[in-house]
Amino acid sequence: MTTTHKVSIWRGGAEGDYAHYDVPARESQTVLDVVTYVQRHLDPTLTYRFACRVGMCGSCAMTVNGVPRWTCRTHVSKVTGGGELKIGPLANMPVIKDLACDMTEFFEKWQKAQSRFIPTKTRKNPMEPIKPDTPARVAANAGIECINCGVCYAACDTVRWNADYLGPAALNRAWTLANDERDGGWADRLKAVSDHGGCHSCRSHQSCEAHCPNQLNPAASIAGLKRLSTSAYLKGELK
Amino acid sequence: MRALRLYLVQRVTAAIMAPLVFLHLGLILYAVQGGLSAGEILSRTQGSFFWAFIYGLFVLCASFHVSIGLTNILQEWTSLKRIAAANIAHTFGMGVMILGFRAVYAVVF
Amino acid sequence: MTKPHRKPLWYAAMAHRLSGLALSAFLPLHFLVLGLAIEGEAELDGFLKWTDSPLVKFAEMGLVFLLTVHLLGGLRLLVLENFAWRDSQKTIATFAAGASVLAAFAFLFQVV
Repeated sequence: MTTTHKVSIWRGGAEGDYAHYDVPARESQTVLDVVTYVQRHLDPTLTYRFACRVGMCGSCAMTVNGVPRWTCRTHVSKVTGGGELKIGPLANMPVIKDLACDMTEFFEKWQKAQSRFIPTKTRKNPMEPIKPDTPARVAANAGIECINCGVCYAACDTVRWNADYLGPAALNRAWTLANDERDGGWADRLKAVSDHGGCHSCRSHQSCEAHCPNQLNPAASIAGLKRLSTSAYLKGELK
Repeated sequence: MRALRLYLVQRVTAAIMAPLVFLHLGLILYAVQGGLSAGEILSRTQGSFFWAFIYGLFVLCASFHVSIGLTNILQEWTSLKRIAAANIAHTFGMGVMILGFRAVYAVVF
Repeated sequence: MTKPHRKPLWYAAMAHRLSGLALSAFLPLHFLVLGLAIEGEAELDGFLKWTDSPLVKFAEMGLVFLLTVHLLGGLRLLVLENFAWRDSQKTIATFAAGASVLAAFAFLFQVV
């Protein structure tokens, strides 16, 4: 077993280069551990984002050896095969500095997709019972564990090719809300996801599905939106 | 909802063409046996309302399908804006349609 | 900057797009050749004689291959978008279609 990892980390903004570091190997070491070691012991100016370290917050996603991943849930041994470890910021988002990218547009597209819950009741109403086994609830449950980490967005070719495209995360959220019987925002959301850059821009490469750390399937959610959008159009609900 | 309508036309023409492509592929495999000749092709198609309808429909669907597909590719793979990409692709699709109908006319009449 | 890693399903989507692009380039030529019949049977036959050469034959096989690839890619997409199949079923269907194309063409090359 090697005692040190050869690590290269992106330094700089849009213009920059990979810098090389030697990091001592440890048992059960994650990629986030490696990044943290570099900042604490080798170069305190290294910028990166993390919070929970256990795969709940979705803030530590980076490009690890070419693949967008949660660094906190990725063991070094799993990705290097004994070779080099190359860590960069997520793709498809502007780099702020080093490993931190600007997620403003990613979140703005959630808003543009109207992917926010619109309540239909107030706290004066009694609690609404939700049956867990209706087809709509099952469909919603399949997609609700998204924590906005941006891995699918970084993995998506269509996001890179089409600046208008809302992306897999925002559309996945639109699909879960479409299946939420308590939500009242469907009419506006349907328009937003059926317009240019909406669900019909998805090219079904299924990279989102391949890379989602939570094993969600945004591609299937987007296909669901395409079906809803089509049937609404045929019923004359969409002009 | 132009994006939705383009998507629908793309999928509907695809669904119409799928069986036509199977038919076309089958015919190719059948027709190339013993080499192609103009006489053989024309004897099958000339005066045939059936082949005129099949290939006329095929040309119609293919030209719409190629217009939309090419618009998407141009928009995503070049620096062209959506409108410019659509103009180029639709002109191309129009050309395909004219040449296609001309070809159907040539082998049927 | 590093580009996202490619997975098999990504290649299936790309094969569909590239075969479509190639077919769109070929389509006008195909129609022009058939249009030769307007001038008369002899003109079309003159062209078809030229297509007897092995190189052209090979290119034609390529076009039939592209058409098949684009057809299967399109059917895959229609299924993907319109039927709520289980993911594993879709993946199996994709690979089965790919394998059947290769098998069909291996057979065809032996026959022709």
